[in-house]
Amino acid sequence: MRSPKPETKTKTTKIISGGLPKCLTGIHGLDEITLGGLPRGRPTLVCGGAGCGKTLLGMEFLVRGATEFDEPGVCLSFEETADELASNVASLGFDLPDLIKRKKLAIDHIYLERSLIEETGEYDLEALFVRLGHAVDSIGAKRVLLDSVEALFAGLENQAVLRAELRRLFRWLKDRNLTTIVTGERGQNTLTRHGLEEYLSDCVILLDHRVTETVLTRRMRVVKYRGSTHGMNEYPFLIESDGISVLPVTSSDLKYGVSNDRISTGVPALDTMFGGDGYFRGSSILVSGTSGTGKTSLTAHFVNAACARGEKCAFFSFEESADQIMRNMRSIGIDLKRWVDKGLLYFHSVRPTTFGLEMHLVKIHKIIKEFGPSIVVVDPVTGLLHAGTTFETRSILLRLIDFLKGKQITAVMTTLTSGSNVQEQTEVDMSSLVDAWLLLRDIESGGERNRGIYILKARGVAHSNQIREFLLTRHGIELREIYLGEAGMLTGSARVTQEAKDASAALLSRQEIERKQLLLERKRKALDAQIAALQLDLETEEQESRQLIAQEKLKVANWEQDREAMATSRYASKGPHEGNGRSTSAREGRR
Amino acid sequence: MKRPNPKKPDSIKAFEAALAGEPRPARYRLRLFITGTTPKCTRAIKNIRAICEANLPGGYDLEVIDIYQHPEQAAPEQIVVTPTLVKNLPLPSRRMIGDLSDNERVLAGLDIARRPLPVEPTGNEHGA
Repeated sequence: MRSPKPETKTKTTKIISGGLPKCLTGIHGLDEITLGGLPRGRPTLVCGGAGCGKTLLGMEFLVRGATEFDEPGVCLSFEETADELASNVASLGFDLPDLIKRKKLAIDHIYLERSLIEETGEYDLEALFVRLGHAVDSIGAKRVLLDSVEALFAGLENQAVLRAELRRLFRWLKDRNLTTIVTGERGQNTLTRHGLEEYLSDCVILLDHRVTETVLTRRMRVVKYRGSTHGMNEYPFLIESDGISVLPVTSSDLKYGVSNDRISTGVPALDTMFGGDGYFRGSSILVSGTSGTGKTSLTAHFVNAACARGEKCAFFSFEESADQIMRNMRSIGIDLKRWVDKGLLYFHSVRPTTFGLEMHLVKIHKIIKEFGPSIVVVDPVTGLLHAGTTFETRSILLRLIDFLKGKQITAVMTTLTSGSNVQEQTEVDMSSLVDAWLLLRDIESGGERNRGIYILKARGVAHSNQIREFLLTRHGIELREIYLGEAGMLTGSARVTQEAKDASAALLSRQEIERKQLLLERKRKALDAQIAALQLDLETEEQESRQLIAQEKLKVANWEQDREAMATSRYASKGPHEGNGRSTSAREGRR
Repeated sequence: MKRPNPKKPDSIKAFEAALAGEPRPARYRLRLFITGTTPKCTRAIKNIRAICEANLPGGYDLEVIDIYQHPEQAAPEQIVVTPTLVKNLPLPSRRMIGDLSDNERVLAGLDIARRPLPVEPTGNEHGA
């Protein structure tokens, strides 16, 4: 926290471009947009409407000067007494009575009541100079606050004299090399009601507060800064428990170190979709989807995994309380409470409408600076839309992403897309700002809604292009393959039914094949049997025919013998068998 | 910037005396704050002396304070412009700024009925 620090002898004069000496205010962010502080030894006009924080800015300038830069300060207060001022800024942790006691601060209340004063001739403001000079000399002041010198216009009739005297006063302050803040009420068409800007042309800072849809945003702009460059834009600022914080400037260049380190998404199947390793460290990831698609659950996985690695996470919730998130996440088997207890997880749950956008951003900044997380979750960023217009939200998010990237913090942001919208378009058009974009969507079919997840983009990562079905189970998120078959893309029960159908169909066909094989076998067996029978037949026939042939041959032989015997008997043959031809052939026949 | 002022008139006592029903204190207690010897301041001294002598002869105390010499006296009395004339007594306390050349206004501020002046006040304006 930036409570008044012990005195340090910090060199506050910075010589910047062209040698204009500057005086650090010590106000968070103001020194950045003025590139080193207010012009040293010159008066600066701080103007703005009622209640925009002029006095506070001036007082913080004095207090920071006294406590941090060892530059005592004098406050000439034309509106409030020293006691009132002290009690007003006590809430910011500034102990004015102590500073006054230590001669670090002097407050002089200048009071002019016109009704009690009779003007009886010529006069001048010399006494004011004397008082200021006396106060400055008594503590060796280097800073002065005139708050607000315009009250003199109400107290004195002779405006001509007053103007001349004010001109002289500012000259006098310059001559004494006092770095001064002069506050002025904003006029209708002029920066100040009484045209102080005419005399104070070195540096003019305009404070403003605007209410947009019931939410107040304070803004600051350096209107002019003679002899120095400065941030030109309107910068939102806050009055917080420890003073003014001007929002960090949108960095104009895109220079931040990048990491090749990858961190798990907390869902193994999703890591696989991201080429096996998950997100890049320091990248910004957008998880978008309609309501109830499991955005918070997905981020809870990421947070859970990170905390398990011992990393610190800051969870900014704009819809649910910390307890509610923890309870809900327990239902999917994630215990976040233990990380909170261990100090690894910090929940910051606020209604988006509690403050303006800038306040949210500054809160986030502060928490990140103090807690130092390596992972930040914003759930949902669209919640911030309630606190500002789309344009503002976008610029705030841009700054937030810039800031987180500069710090190498991995940011997961969820965004709610409404059902009627185009899915691939975020409400705040922030898709181009992020490095990876996960889209969760409802897939309606067969009378039910199921969740699908796919990676719309992932810069620098070879990622899966498939839509996966996304189940919230009691053990966390599970990713399923979506059924892609003849029947088209099916999810949920339809997928289960189809899978069952497929399984039974497969079984059927398997049985059919078995049956056919059996039949074939039988057929083959039958044929085999037939073949065997036929062969047997053939053999039998063969045998029979052989017998027949043998018989025939015998017959033929017998017949020839008979014929021979006949011939022999008829002609008394002289052949070897002639003697008893008939008996020989008879013998042969019997053989 | 509150510091004890030794020269502060004892207004409480005077106030109590006034409450006690005493006749109006005859003495006027006036303090004129000036810054050095600027023409305006010297004119103021001259004018107030003349008016007092004419209207309150012997009945007034006039203290002239040069806040160049006593800068610490300016803040407790809430002196912002010079010259400033502060009427501490009689009550109510009033203050007049300027060189006191507007006779009518000075007399009105001092709560004194108009009386003929033996000496014309010096200054740019003439109330008479």
